[in-house]
Amino acid sequence: MQEDRQHEAELIRRILAGETDMFHELIRPYEKMVYVALFTMLRNETEAEDAAQEALISAFRYLHTFRGDAKFSTWLVTIAMNEGRQRLRRLKRAAEDSLEDAVEEPEGDFTPAFLTDWREIPLEALERKELRQKLREAVDALPKIYREVFVLRDLQEMNQEETAAALGITIAAVKVRLHRARMMLQKALVPYLKGSVPPRKSFFGRLFQ
Amino acid sequence: MSLKCKDVWEHISEYLDQQLTSEVRAEIENHLENCEVCSAILDSTRNVLVLTADDRTYELPVGYSKRLHDRLQKAIHQELDPGKHFRN
Repeated sequence: MQEDRQHEAELIRRILAGETDMFHELIRPYEKMVYVALFTMLRNETEAEDAAQEALISAFRYLHTFRGDAKFSTWLVTIAMNEGRQRLRRLKRAAEDSLEDAVEEPEGDFTPAFLTDWREIPLEALERKELRQKLREAVDALPKIYREVFVLRDLQEMNQEETAAALGITIAAVKVRLHRARMMLQKALVPYLKGSVPPRKSFFGRLFQ
Repeated sequence: MSLKCKDVWEHISEYLDQQLTSEVRAEIENHLENCEVCSAILDSTRNVLVLTADDRTYELPVGYSKRLHDRLQKAIHQELDPGKHFRN
């Protein structure tokens, strides 16, 4: 980790000194992260790709403003999220999201889904494509304030401090929102997780269906 | 003092993130051993996270990387110098 950071700092120094082509190398480890952050915000592949390109061009343009006290990845995600927010406003989809924006729902049902006939699902079940699709849909359906935190923490695997900094919220808010997001996703996914375990007694029945 | 199911649910995230004190953690594990409902909730939540972290859940569009670096290359050569807008 420390080595990566040093390597990055060195790349940044060289880019700013004029070896601009090194920028490709600098951002290569993060190009997927930037795309995914934007895809989960914009929910459209073409728009997310274009936004990712613009965000990374901005990163190049503003590279001299990067201070080594933050992680480079956090800085990049912040730029990507700003790009995404601008686009949402332009797309006038902000209207639908802004309702959710300010409200940290004090009420609301953030309890997990109950399972009565649960057996631990085999790992192969997680291999199913359909389940990934359902998860993406469930993430899409999360209110924005929960989605943002979930994406940074569990998808981008940023830590609490980095997530709080990138979103401009407190660590306590990160914790609460993450927990709620996970519970909402658990609830949304349980029917598909459960369905992935065929009941043993109908094994033959299934074969001939 | 034994935990109720609802108390366990409230701690699921912190449990998964290993942010609990060893006392609370032990209480939760004790509860989990005796409660199938909470064990199932914990397992399913963990599976959601495993699935989320899986590289295949979010995939890049085909050709994304090439298009990105082509466009960056153009932008870099138009700009030539990062930060030129901000210096006199």
